Formats: sequence, structure tokens, C-alpha cells
Amino acid sequence: MTSTISPEDLVGRGARDGAALFRDWFTELGTAAERGEHTAYVFVMGSLAEIVRTFDVHTVFPEITSLQTAVRRVADEYLNLAEDHGFSPDVCGYVKADYALQIRKGDHPMGRIPPPSIAVLTNACNTYLKWAEIWERLYDIPIVTVDVPQSRKAPDNGGPTAAELAPDQAYVQFQMNELIGHLEELTGKAFDIDRLREVLELTNRMGRAWRRVLELNRAKPAVFDAMMEGTIYLGVANALRGTEAGARYFEDLAEEMEYKAAHGIGPLVDHDTEHRLIFVGVPCYPIFRRFYQLFTDWGGVFVSSTYTWFASGGLNLDFEYDLDRPLESLAEGVLLSVRRAVDSMLFHDRYLKEAIDAFDADGVVYHPVKSCRTVSTGLADSRRVVLDERDVLCLYIESDMMDKRVVSEAQLKNRIDAFFEGLESRRIRKGMDAPTASTAPTT
Amino acid sequence: MAFAAGVDVGSTQTKAIIVDEAGAIVGRALLPTGANVVQAAEHAFREALKSGDVPEEDVTFVIGTGYGRYRVEFGDTQITEIVCHARGAAHMFPGTETVLDMGGQDTKAIRIQPGGDVIDFCMNDKCAAGTGRFLQSAAAALELGLDELGPTALRGVRPVNISTTCTVFAESEVLSWLARGKKIEDILLGVHRSIASRSIALLRRVGIEGEITFTGGVTRNEAMVAVLNDMLHAELNVSEESHYIGALGAALFALERIKGRSASPEKEVVA
Repeated sequence: MTSTISPEDLVGRGARDGAALFRDWFTELGTAAERGEHTAYVFVMGSLAEIVRTFDVHTVFPEITSLQTAVRRVADEYLNLAEDHGFSPDVCGYVKADYALQIRKGDHPMGRIPPPSIAVLTNACNTYLKWAEIWERLYDIPIVTVDVPQSRKAPDNGGPTAAELAPDQAYVQFQMNELIGHLEELTGKAFDIDRLREVLELTNRMGRAWRRVLELNRAKPAVFDAMMEGTIYLGVANALRGTEAGARYFEDLAEEMEYKAAHGIGPLVDHDTEHRLIFVGVPCYPIFRRFYQLFTDWGGVFVSSTYTWFASGGLNLDFEYDLDRPLESLAEGVLLSVRRAVDSMLFHDRYLKEAIDAFDADGVVYHPVKSCRTVSTGLADSRRVVLDERDVLCLYIESDMMDKRVVSEAQLKNRIDAFFEGLESRRIRKGMDAPTASTAPTT
Repeated sequence: MAFAAGVDVGSTQTKAIIVDEAGAIVGRALLPTGANVVQAAEHAFREALKSGDVPEEDVTFVIGTGYGRYRVEFGDTQITEIVCHARGAAHMFPGTETVLDMGGQDTKAIRIQPGGDVIDFCMNDKCAAGTGRFLQSAAAALELGLDELGPTALRGVRPVNISTTCTVFAESEVLSWLARGKKIEDILLGVHRSIASRSIALLRRVGIEGEITFTGGVTRNEAMVAVLNDMLHAELNVSEESHYIGALGAALFALERIKGRSASPEKEVVA
């Protein structure tokens, strides 16, 4: 790919364009709310956004709208309102923020969010099921729950054979047909398989570029921070999945990252201090910028993040939709992406060890959160395995992705400082040389 | 002769250590931290100088550690107490692979490599159960001085079961056992076993390997040492100076800095 853009404009373009696209998306949602246009609520794991988009129905990702209240430091208003209505402090913060958003008639710091006309979910997260019941009660809308059969054996055993996958794929496809029926009824439009082909091709383009972006972070220095910038990219990946703007954004992003890798440009001012880290879990959004800074102050860069795996709707997987059989292929993609998202949480150690080797990581940061036991369970065991089997340091810190009442910055800082002191000490004692040359991965 | 110093400002006590060029302890001080953290650090440092008869100008590098490390205003830099305890434990007991630090408000389990590099660590998060504060609550409920807790608990034969997970509620539980006629020594032995079991749970999270060195203020409680030895089926490394180990680690890092080996990991990070 060639570009006529100047290096000054190229570097940082992904962050700028991503923020602009994200704002545009929220503006579009505000317009949809004003006009009373059809909107589907979907989730980041197994979103089925492609089918929804085929019917030109707007998509809202409640996980994203909720986390944005935390990033914009107003989550407490929403959480308090939900708790005033009887939700326990222990309930998922995303659910509570979304519930309060509905009670506030879509009033959101990024604009106005339209209410759902339909909700589409999978069993990737148990909370999705109870969450959708709230909308059902509030709006009396159709709730389409796609039951995705999970893995029946560990990925270490080779995973399922094609013959084993076939009935599961057929089961998912059958349920997708039910979803199509609901969307036809909602919109009054007939399902257009050629339109689905177009949408799937756009997702294929996005996925190809996204995987290249992730891979380019093997470069030394790393070309982006997978927790901070990676989260921005993830937002665009979900919101604009299956769109021309989304596909082009990631192709442009890959171009930027290729340039940065080739020229040794990374997120840190002083690359010689780079500590290459892998982030496990969901970021601490209530103090997102400060949380990030606690790592960058020490030269920490997240070269990879499990968030970019399980919350990308399978874009990280080496899977592309077969446009000759779009429905079958989409069913297969949903099946594989949901399974892999769940497996990546159940078999952390396997995927983490692969990532440690591929990205030449120095350490792993585990961040279990109070709100979400799905992504937090098993992290302590994973840490033990990783420590035993790889020569890295691990940090285990707990807070939340929504609720600042359980975020203790002083405690986080103390642990993060000690972690980096250990990394610094190891580097010095090992006589490790700081990275000097840019080494972009070529595959 | 050049000297190095470490000042460990803990939640309850402030410790200072002066070491000579060989890393031998030549001065030490231990004072209550109180409300004025800056003053506590200064007083402890001066007391340590006095105890070692070391002129202040001969101390060429000072490192602050502990929760109040950023308030050691005369210090040259800061290092977390986690890393300092590891370094100090490895120096005092070279066979150390696991460190248990029990302080006033937190307990840390640390796995280390030979030489003191930290492999892994865990701390209590939002709760002071399993720390020295738990002992203070029990002492208050039983109207005993802290120095009486250990000897009294050692006389216990049938420890009661302290099941509460909250330091504040522990006081009520102690009182309820008193109301049921249990002996003070059995109640206190139960308190010690309760704290020890929480600490051992932390140790298990990092993995218990090799020699275990016990550090922090609670090391002076002989009942806690005995209970931990019993429950861990091990003989913990403890010395008369175990509660100085964090300050010692800081002083040793300061010494390395003086010698130019620069193996100390400190970095200027604004609090």
C-alpha cells in the first residue's frame, strides 16, 4: 500500500480518525433517536452486526455506551441511579449504567442513545441474558438469543474437527434464520443475501487489516499501546463493523503502523526504556488515562491485550467469511468467535504463552475487575502457570471497569511501582540491552 | 568512609538503617510514625545516625521506602517496600526464596530469586484482616498491651475459632468468646491462628518455595512466629532485626547506588 500523506499526518492518524469516527457514530445514533429509527442492541462478543446492518438498522453496543460514561467520569451518576432503583453494588457496572441510561431516556455524555427496537445476543456472557430481560420489560421488544454451543474439549487437544463443527454451525444458522425473520418483520424489508455478501466482504477487509495491526506490534519498539490505543481501535472495530468507513479506517491504520514499524516509532518518547507487557482483562476506565500513565511513567508498553482478542467479535482470528455461502459462513464465524472469546478466558495460559513468545514480552499484567467475573475468573491460576512456564514477571491488580468506589489509585500505584522495580532490576542484572533497532515483523 | 541509609515509613512505625561500605548495619532506629510522616522520617534517620555515631554528611545516599516513602524529603529517591523487603531478606538470610512481611496495615507475600529480585508478590487489598491491625483490635478488646499478646497467646492450649473476615468485627467476636467463658490465652491463640491462616493463603498465591523469611513489625510477636512455624510445618527465618528488613533493603540499594553498580531499580516517579 502506498500513501502520499506526509509522515507528520500519518503518525497519529489512527487516533485522530478513530476519535472522529466514534463521534460521528454517536451523532448518527443521536439522529436515529430523534427520528425514532430502528435500532438493534448488540454485544461485542458475537454481535451479529452484519445481519443487522443488512437491514440498515442502527446498532448500539451497550457495553461501549456504558464504558464511555466511565471514561467521561460520570459513571457514578448512572450507577447511583440504578442502585437507587434496587440494583446491588455487586451487579455488573455495564448493566447498571445502561439501565440508568434507559431511565434517563438515552441521555449520555456523548449524545442521545436511541432505545432498542430489538436486542440480539449470544450466550458468550451469562449477564447478556439477564441484561436483555431488562429491555424486554422496559420496551416489550423482541429479544433474539442465539445459543452458541461452546467447546467440549480443551484447545490443546486439537479443537473440534470439521465434522464435529458441522451440527453446531447448522444449529447457529437455524437461529440466525429466526433473527432474519424478526428483522424482516421489524423493518418490513425482505432479506437481501447480496447485501449481506457486501457487508461480509467489508468485515473481511476490516479483519485482515486488524490482524496486521495486531501483528505489527511485535516490532521493537512497539508501534501502539494495546490497552490505550487498542481500546480506541476496538471501539471503531465494533461500531463500524461491516461498513466501508470501518474497513478503510483499519486499512489506513495498518498503513500507519507499517510506517511506524519501519521507522522505529512507538508510543514512548524514550524507547530504550520500553518494558513490553501483555494486558489481561478489561481496562480501568474510571481513571483510564491515569491508569495508563502509571505504566508509561515506567516505560511500560502493552504490546498485546486479551481485550483485543475477546472483544473484537472474532476479528483477531484467522477466519474470513466465504462469500459464496454467506449465511453458512457467518454462522461458522459466530460459532468460532464466541467459542474463542470464551476459550481465551478459560484457557488464558495457553494463549498468553503464545503471545509472550510472539511479542517477546517481559511481563503480564492481570487486571481482574469486580464488575465482571466472566473475564476475571481463573486469572490467579493463569498467573501461576505463566510464571512457572515463562521467564516473565506478572502483576495482579484488582479494580473495576466502571465503579470508581472500588478503584484505589494509591494501592494500584504501589503494586505497579513494585512490578516495574522488579522488571528494571531484572533488566539490569541480566545486562539486557535496550532495543535499538526497529524490527518489524514480516509475516 | 561513606555510608548509606534506608528509611522505611510504615503505617505504624518508621524504621531507619545506616549501613557501612560492607553492607553491615551500623545504626538503626524505630519510632512510631504518628500523624506527621515527614517528621517521623527525619527523627528516625537522626536517631539511626546517633545510634551508629555516624556524621550526617558521611551518609551519601538515602532511599525512602514504605507507604510514606514520598515523604522522606531528605531522601535521594524512593523504592517500594515490596522490593526493599525482598532485598533485605535475601541479604540477611541468603537462602530466602519466600518472604512474608506482616506490618501494621498490610501483609505481603513475596517470591524472590537468589539475590533478592522479586519474582511475584501478593498483598492484602481492601481489608486489614491478617495484619498487625487485627492484633491491635484484639489487644484493645482484651485490654492488653501489644507486647503482652505473644506471651499470653503462647500459654493457650485450645484455640478458639475466629471466623470473622473483618478486623472491626473481630473485636465483637473476641468479646463474645470472653462472654462464653473462654480463657484469654485460648482466644488470643485463636486470633493468631486466624491471622496466620490469612497470611498463608497469601503465601500460597505466590507459591511457597525454599526458605521463608518473616519480616515486619509482627516478627517481634513470638506467638505469631510459633503459630506460623506450626501451620507451615517450617522454621521461618527470623532475627532480632527482622522488623528492620525493609529499611535494610532500602539502605542496601542506596549502597549499590553509591558504589555505582546501579542495580537498584529506583526511578523518579512523582507520587
